[in-house]
Amino acid sequence: MNMIEPSPVFFSRRHLLTCEGLSAVEIESLLDLADKAADLNRQVNKKRDVLRGRTLINLFFEASTRTQASFELAGKRLGADVMNMNVSTSSVQKGESLIDTAMTLNAMRPDMIVVRHYAAGAVELLSQKVDCSVINAGDGAHEHPTQALLDALTIRRAKGRVGGLTVAICGDILHSRVARSNIHVLNALGARVRLVAPSTLLPPGIDRLGAEVFTDMWKGLEDADIVMMLRLQRERMQGNYVPSTREYYHFFGLDQEKLALAKPDALIMHPGPMNRGVEIASAIADHSRSVIRDQVEMGVAVRMAVLEALARKLPNH
Amino acid sequence: MKRSLQPTEAPGATAFINARLVDPASGRDEPGGLVVVGAEIAELGPNLRRNAPQGAAVVDCDGHVLCPGLIDAQVYTGDPGQEHRETLKTASFAAAAGGVTTIVCMPDTEPVIDQVALVDYVQRRARERAIVHVHIMAAVTRGLRGEEMAEIGLLQRAGAIAFTNGKSSIASTRVMRNALLYARDFDALLVHHTEDPYLSNGAAMNSGEPATRLGLPGVHRFAEVIVLERDVRLVEMTNARYHAATISCRESLDIIRRAKAKKLPVTCGVSINHLTLNENDIGPYRTFFKVRPPLRAEEDRAAMVSGLAAGDIDLIVSSHDPQDADVKRRPFAEAADGAVGLETLLPAALRLYHSGEVGLLPLLKAMTINPARLLGLDGGRLEKGAPADLALIDLNTPWVVDRDLMRARSTNSPFDEQKMQGRVLRTMVAGRTVYQYGGPDRL
Repeated sequence: MNMIEPSPVFFSRRHLLTCEGLSAVEIESLLDLADKAADLNRQVNKKRDVLRGRTLINLFFEASTRTQASFELAGKRLGADVMNMNVSTSSVQKGESLIDTAMTLNAMRPDMIVVRHYAAGAVELLSQKVDCSVINAGDGAHEHPTQALLDALTIRRAKGRVGGLTVAICGDILHSRVARSNIHVLNALGARVRLVAPSTLLPPGIDRLGAEVFTDMWKGLEDADIVMMLRLQRERMQGNYVPSTREYYHFFGLDQEKLALAKPDALIMHPGPMNRGVEIASAIADHSRSVIRDQVEMGVAVRMAVLEALARKLPNH
Repeated sequence: MKRSLQPTEAPGATAFINARLVDPASGRDEPGGLVVVGAEIAELGPNLRRNAPQGAAVVDCDGHVLCPGLIDAQVYTGDPGQEHRETLKTASFAAAAGGVTTIVCMPDTEPVIDQVALVDYVQRRARERAIVHVHIMAAVTRGLRGEEMAEIGLLQRAGAIAFTNGKSSIASTRVMRNALLYARDFDALLVHHTEDPYLSNGAAMNSGEPATRLGLPGVHRFAEVIVLERDVRLVEMTNARYHAATISCRESLDIIRRAKAKKLPVTCGVSINHLTLNENDIGPYRTFFKVRPPLRAEEDRAAMVSGLAAGDIDLIVSSHDPQDADVKRRPFAEAADGAVGLETLLPAALRLYHSGEVGLLPLLKAMTINPARLLGLDGGRLEKGAPADLALIDLNTPWVVDRDLMRARSTNSPFDEQKMQGRVLRTMVAGRTVYQYGGPDRL
């Protein structure tokens, strides 16, 4: 077993449901913990025992290979027993309500539940009905807190800081929980946030969350330190929100020409999975300044940090 | 729970003495007394303040407000078809506790009230079980589908007092025009919920910063404005009597004001929710605040209050819409719309009186004589010979709403745990006391 000296963690919440209201101290504290986990994850023996005896349930109402795998690995590396539950939409509609599912799981006495749900607010609702810690792994278009934290960690490791940087988040802001969580985290850490999207993909009042809005990508990327691309769902490409994939790529896809407007050392990020040739050119995804793979690596580290921080608040008897 | 439907006092003579008589119809607001004989008001005036006729049961009002019982022009029940949400009986108990002596039931039931037989059925159920007056607003289109007209003439003859498409707007302009034209021949009132179904499809709340923050799909208030604007043009074309059921935003108020300035037969209502709550009350996905139209911005709420104070908004309705826990304890976007409101209608409305924004007379007017006149009902006024439908109101006592104490079958109240000032002490329907605060649980 690896030993890491317990450092003070300035994070004393029972759940992680939203990034709204997280302070810079709380975030930096989680990132510090995640930094250590990231270093550990590069060693041969990655196993620790801070969650030994604890049960972690991954409850996914929406399919997600990477987030689920990342949480599973994070839990296992900390010594927890991890159980994956995939509840398809259809079986939910057949009868059992979210509340009933929560009650059933609660009776199995888990210590932590990681929840992904297609409806905004569903994770918050579930957290009111269980006794354990709940982590939001994405709820509708609301939030995806660990994604924003891993993005912040990736930026901090590459740039040495987050505060003062200009981050351009580009793409389907309307339906994006990643964008909302990132706006809160980046603002808390003192970054300048820009949102770049066609008006049909911008929710009203989003600027009041703390962001500058651009509908022209050429202007939005000017002198940006970070270019963060978002995935555009396939069903939204054909005339509903944008006329076509081709047109979208032309105006909002990240290619060499638009990237050149950002700072020469700008980082390229994407929460995945990518649509190469839709929102991002294939060559850009594999660019030397792309940190997309680092994001995946930091994902495990950040989730370990979150689990560990929450575990410190769990009762010990 | 034993409920007696027998009157507690034989409808003999009752004298209310030492009252503050408030009658929006005549503008009366003075100390006095009122005598009820049988089901009617026999006498009233300042001279009766201390004098009760021989043999009459005396109610000392202790200086509290005695006013016409309220008329609530928009009440949803689950009767028939969804009795687990609310029956006519439970709705009438809730109404009585709220000082409401007449409820107008909407046709959004299972089956939809779009046939004469259903009007008959509901009327019979109401006669047998309800303790307040019940009237029916029938469907203007079959099944509320917005496609073919229902039998407006026959439904009216059966007793339907107005026609509506319930919780949905008639999307087709042609159907709407024809319904207005046809209703005009019967001098029937068409009451319309105005919300563009294409713009509002899938929306969970008002669009704007709060919806964006919560990641919920929003609908712009113009979805209401667009349909209202269209409707007013159709009224201009047909000159039919039109009532916008519940407006909720500034621009809608502007349209109503313009229509009234043109002397068009247009009126409008507002729900108590849109006078006293706004979109920020939704907070962390509180589904009891999910209503239709959705709660709007604070500027819109303030506009509704000023429209009411100016008399441009004609009615206040509770929009009482009982929903059980199963459909409310869900993620916000999947939860049912609707809030109960009969029991809190008056206390919540009194907030506007206590804040000094709306005077007591104009406030009560929108819940008494205005709906009576609009719907052709014989109540809503304190007058010799008028029905003895009365509410005795303590304007000042503070209390806290507790949904566990509500009489409605469903208790999805957005006012739960909120502070109120003022409550109903006694409710009388057709000379019978049907509610008394602190009295037996069910009278």
